[in-house]
Amino acid sequence: MDRRQFTKSAAALAAAASFPGIVAAQAQKLKVGVILPRSGYLGFIGQSCQKGADLAPGVIKELLGVDIELMNADFESNVDTARTRAERLIQEGANALVGAFDSGASTAIAQVAEQRGIPYIVNIAAAPQITEQGYKFVFRNFQTAGDIVRNGLDLIGELFQATNTVPRTAVYMHVNDTFGQAVTKGIQAVLPQRTQLPFKIVDTISYDPAAKDLTVEVSKAKSTNADFLLLVCRLNDAIALRREMVKQRWNPMGVISPGSPGMYEEQYFKSLGKYSEYSISNVPWYNPNAKLTKIVEKAFVKQNPKEKLVFHGLNAGFTFEAILIAADAFKRAKSTDPKTLADAIRQTNITDKMTLGGPIKFNPKGQVEGIGSACVQNLELVPKVVLPTAAAEAKPVFPAPYYKT
Amino acid sequence: MPAELVANVVVAGVLTGLVYGLMALGLSVIFGVVRVVNFAHGEMMTVAMYAATVLFAALKLDPFLAILPAAAAFFVFGYVLQAAVVNPFITRPEHSQFMLLVAIAIILVNGLLMIFGPDAKNVQVDYQLDSIEIGKLLVDKPRAYAAGAAVLTALALFAFFRFSLIGKAIRACADNHLGALVVGLNVKHLYALTFGLGSLCVAVAGCAMVVLVDVTPPLGPYYTLLAFVIVIVGGLGSMAGALLGGVLIGVSEALAGLFIEPSAKSMFSFGLLILVLLFRPQGLLGKRA
Amino acid sequence: MTRTAALLLALLASLAALPAFAGPYGLSVAILILYFAYAGQAWNVMMGFAGQLSLGHALYVGVAGYVAGGLFFHYEVPPIVGLPAAVIACTLFGLVIGFLAFRFRISGVYFALLTIAFAEFTRIGFDHLAWTGGPGGMFLKVAQRNTWDLANFRGPPAMYYYAILAMCSLAFVACFFLLRSKAGFYWQAIRENEDAAQALGINVFRWKMAAVAASSAMTSFAGVFFAFYYNNLFPEQIFNISRSIEIILAPVIGGVGTLFGPILGAVVLTGLSEGITESLAALGWEIPGVKQVFYGLVLLGVVMFLPNGIWPFLSRKFKL
Repeated sequence: MDRRQFTKSAAALAAAASFPGIVAAQAQKLKVGVILPRSGYLGFIGQSCQKGADLAPGVIKELLGVDIELMNADFESNVDTARTRAERLIQEGANALVGAFDSGASTAIAQVAEQRGIPYIVNIAAAPQITEQGYKFVFRNFQTAGDIVRNGLDLIGELFQATNTVPRTAVYMHVNDTFGQAVTKGIQAVLPQRTQLPFKIVDTISYDPAAKDLTVEVSKAKSTNADFLLLVCRLNDAIALRREMVKQRWNPMGVISPGSPGMYEEQYFKSLGKYSEYSISNVPWYNPNAKLTKIVEKAFVKQNPKEKLVFHGLNAGFTFEAILIAADAFKRAKSTDPKTLADAIRQTNITDKMTLGGPIKFNPKGQVEGIGSACVQNLELVPKVVLPTAAAEAKPVFPAPYYKT
Repeated sequence: MPAELVANVVVAGVLTGLVYGLMALGLSVIFGVVRVVNFAHGEMMTVAMYAATVLFAALKLDPFLAILPAAAAFFVFGYVLQAAVVNPFITRPEHSQFMLLVAIAIILVNGLLMIFGPDAKNVQVDYQLDSIEIGKLLVDKPRAYAAGAAVLTALALFAFFRFSLIGKAIRACADNHLGALVVGLNVKHLYALTFGLGSLCVAVAGCAMVVLVDVTPPLGPYYTLLAFVIVIVGGLGSMAGALLGGVLIGVSEALAGLFIEPSAKSMFSFGLLILVLLFRPQGLLGKRA
Repeated sequence: MTRTAALLLALLASLAALPAFAGPYGLSVAILILYFAYAGQAWNVMMGFAGQLSLGHALYVGVAGYVAGGLFFHYEVPPIVGLPAAVIACTLFGLVIGFLAFRFRISGVYFALLTIAFAEFTRIGFDHLAWTGGPGGMFLKVAQRNTWDLANFRGPPAMYYYAILAMCSLAFVACFFLLRSKAGFYWQAIRENEDAAQALGINVFRWKMAAVAASSAMTSFAGVFFAFYYNNLFPEQIFNISRSIEIILAPVIGGVGTLFGPILGAVVLTGLSEGITESLAALGWEIPGVKQVFYGLVLLGVVMFLPNGIWPFLSRKFKL
């Protein structure tokens, strides 16, 4: 938060202190505890998600006419803190919890939420185990790692069809962390079933998430002479890796992520400039043409005049939708009672949504099925949806122009 | 495995290793004289990296030129840190020194987060993605420059300790603390100078590193750990050892990444460290205490 | 002595009554405090009593968590059986490290760095171990229940609270007697002057090994507790060097080598951490990182002005 925001919140605090009556009169509002990693090693993603949370109360008031109040907590990328912050928010009167991006923290919060009978809506976290524990109060509006891979691989097939290309070989590189491991397992399981895909993986190279220098990894990948690079990455390693590709003059047909963050993020463009172009990520994404997207975008630009929604799309979009789910349930339940609220969430059927895919409906495990992915390609220095065609903003470019046969 | 692939990887390993070596050199110099392990070493280097990005953004100053102001500022910073904060800890037990520097590290990492936010910062110089072709070798330019800066700084430091009067006095302090006091050396001042010189190495390494790696606040602890590994392998307190250790770690990680699993490559650094500690605890070039 | 004992009993009684009036949030903070107090006490045996500085205690927490957690996950072995297995595994780990280090007379800062190296080595090793799920993590089946099931270590938060309180109390009593036993005296002799201890005929190697074994065995209880309290384990988190640092913060701030140090340190540090978060929230300062900066400044102040920790200062002041 900058100084301007600080003055604003200080003023709000002073106002609340001097007019206690007003605060009491507005008690019929939903208190949503938002737990995100705004400092520590996940800091940049947590702050990106927070942008989606910050605009939620205004948009939701306009959309549904209900009042929600956010209670923000930073879990400092630390599981212990995630747990105590969750307890603290509930004690402070949170009616529902939203967060936490990280799978470890999300499982910790889920246990607290279940114990206390407070609905918890996971914004982003892909570990399938979170919704496999038989919880009654835990919900997730995000794809599991398996879904991400299935959708991502299918989109690769569509991409090849749309561009009339038949790459025969791929080298698979992945970051060896929680997420990279889950996606890799998914690929090993799903790829053999996708016989329509023309390529085979000639080498798999896993690298340390802490590695700052990826020279060896890229040299090794380059020496395979694969047609394209299939990459599961995070942000900083994606930048280092792309740079190394340029330095080592390795120009495959393209770089395609079957479902990982990194290459659509603002920093990737800022750090790499023109070398960020043509990278492709098949990820859960928002529909740029949806009505709700336009509303959210307007609110986003108003709150962050110097920034573009597209660079926070996934993080802010899913965080916003998690809060929307809580608010929608609150509107129907007309109550902040957690049990009633959880029952209402179970009945959720939001068709007017921001992210791609079918309506938001929870299965008995509390998982939304049928969340869509998009093939997002970096074109003219922004990530653009190129597939599915219904949501497309541009045509896919594959192979990348730098590719020489 | 094609020979040129191995050669390329080894050359890159040597060059990166030299930059690591310079960073570790700072740690080694400080420990060799002051006998304090700087557990905030990597964090200090990230501060230097941020300084280089700020100078680049504000003045378009090339990071290799930013070395001069950064080195001067860090020298002063190191001097003051030692004289004002660290000095009373010289006689205190190791865990107390450790805790002091951990506290400093926590403040640095999170201070950077407050000021610069969580996004990575970098410099974009026009030679950043260039590489030079030498036969079948492909050497990337910024890495070569960074290694050059590291070697030059290390040579200057060697010369300083070997030939200058102050350098000799500092070495006298390291060899015999009591003796130095007896002959009337201002030990406190010399210690602070040493800490300043160690910080200067960190500043140079940071400016050189920033053309290779983007900087984020949590980068610090990673480099602290790396610096430890390097100086232990080379020999705590040995200047040549730090550079050798850097190169050794650089090359062994490169080869481990090539022939075994890249994600396990730092396991080899730690494995190497464990072996050195067990069979030659004073390090490859260290003197037995 | 009697005054201290009376104080201690009063403290224990009030702690035992805590779940009755503390809310779930208070209870979760109390569990965290006791966890760090316990782990700090275990670390203290090695450093505070015998003078061997370990900066890699996360290794024992992680190994124990993975052994007990893995047995439960793969074979449904209840933690009551997993615990002894974890203790054995950790003690072996500790003995191997101790053997290698003390054989070659590695001590001081070199020993400290060796312990970091082993912890990091193990972290990356577990990242490549399929049995534990690698970096994907190990998720234990969570069974919410409100009845106490100690054998399976499943129950309401109060059960975890009493378990960790019991661990803390037992560790305190054990350390009290250890300090006054033959081993305790030998350890303190080694801590003060290893060469002199050797000259007096103390088998330095053997007693240092004993300290490592005792400390790692004690720490393994913390690891099993951690595994079944959080129900998920990731090498990147549990073996992280920052976890090792967290373990030693409490005893160093409270007072190394003292019985009350780790407990007092854990109370002060966790209370401080929560207190800063709360006051910043009340002020509306939501700048990420500012909390940790304040925390670091307080740490800095304590190590600078109370070099022996808070407990020795207090006990001198109030003649406890």
